[in-house]
Amino acid sequence: MNIILYSVTAILLILSFVKDKQKTHKALVKAWKAFENILPQFLVVILLVSLLLSLLDHAMILKIIGSESGWLGVLLAAIVGAVTLIPGFVAFPTAALLVNGGAGYMQIGAFISTLMMVGIVTLPVEIRYFGKKMAFYRNGLAFIFSFLVAFVIGQVMEVLV
Amino acid sequence: MKQVLKRYRSFLVVLIALVLIGLFNRELGEQVLNTTAYQLREMLLIIPPIFVLLGLLDIWVPKQTMVKYMGEGSGLKGILLALFIGSAAAGPLYGAFPVAAVFMKKGVTFSNVLIFLGAWSTTKIPMILFEFSALGIPFALTRLLVDIPGIIIIAYLLQALMGKKEIEAIYEKAQQND
Repeated sequence: MNIILYSVTAILLILSFVKDKQKTHKALVKAWKAFENILPQFLVVILLVSLLLSLLDHAMILKIIGSESGWLGVLLAAIVGAVTLIPGFVAFPTAALLVNGGAGYMQIGAFISTLMMVGIVTLPVEIRYFGKKMAFYRNGLAFIFSFLVAFVIGQVMEVLV
Repeated sequence: MKQVLKRYRSFLVVLIALVLIGLFNRELGEQVLNTTAYQLREMLLIIPPIFVLLGLLDIWVPKQTMVKYMGEGSGLKGILLALFIGSAAAGPLYGAFPVAAVFMKKGVTFSNVLIFLGAWSTTKIPMILFEFSALGIPFALTRLLVDIPGIIIIAYLLQALMGKKEIEAIYEKAQQND
């Protein structure tokens, strides 16, 4: 995936440079400024995420969201997903491990859904661009929506598994 | 210098707190350090091309073009484009916010910006491939089938909840992000 992203960027950058050096320079300055603008928030997010990931281990998560944990487990799973920010290629194998270890599909559904849609630690970045109200509303709605996702996944998986 | 210190204040506070934690709990400190290094690497791998693309988009694509495809009156075409661009993206959600800001600057409607954000967060194609192999196709497909309409409904709901004035304020902010 990274290779595609870098190739596309490189090709467009070269095209831009061939067409107009000055404009390309301007584009790069803009890119740098936009990046530097948000960098302090990015760094805070990365530190907080690292702390959270270090504090939560598999055993602890499993205790919270076992398949017998019901709606309370779903709620807790949703909260864990909301406060953490785990890259997908770590999250999915982890989720698979959790399912094998006895976590319920409904709980995992809630966890995956809030993990993707709700970002408590990334709130400072979101507020920077969208303001407090919008950031809280978006995350709040996504959090509620995750229960619907969990419910549907729980029903479907019960029929299938 | 003072300006820089002020902007990085929260970062420095958190950093110092973590160093202190690390002094008291060596094991936790090391784990945090390792994870931070890993996350920083990921950020440095994915974020730079996104911002370069943003810069190029900002300079080369005229506002009228963006408006035509994703602005007022773009209808279904705009929704589908927003879904597609979000799904084709790479990187964590916080990378999507600056992109959303440029979209707003270029006159993309608020609902399409929100659909784009929703797609970036939940229907990213490379992630779904991971999900298929890790949790199985039924799980991933069910989630997708609930999420796609969900993203669109949430987008319009948010737009209604926010109201015109506040959305205008957000757009104004995006203009200043230069």
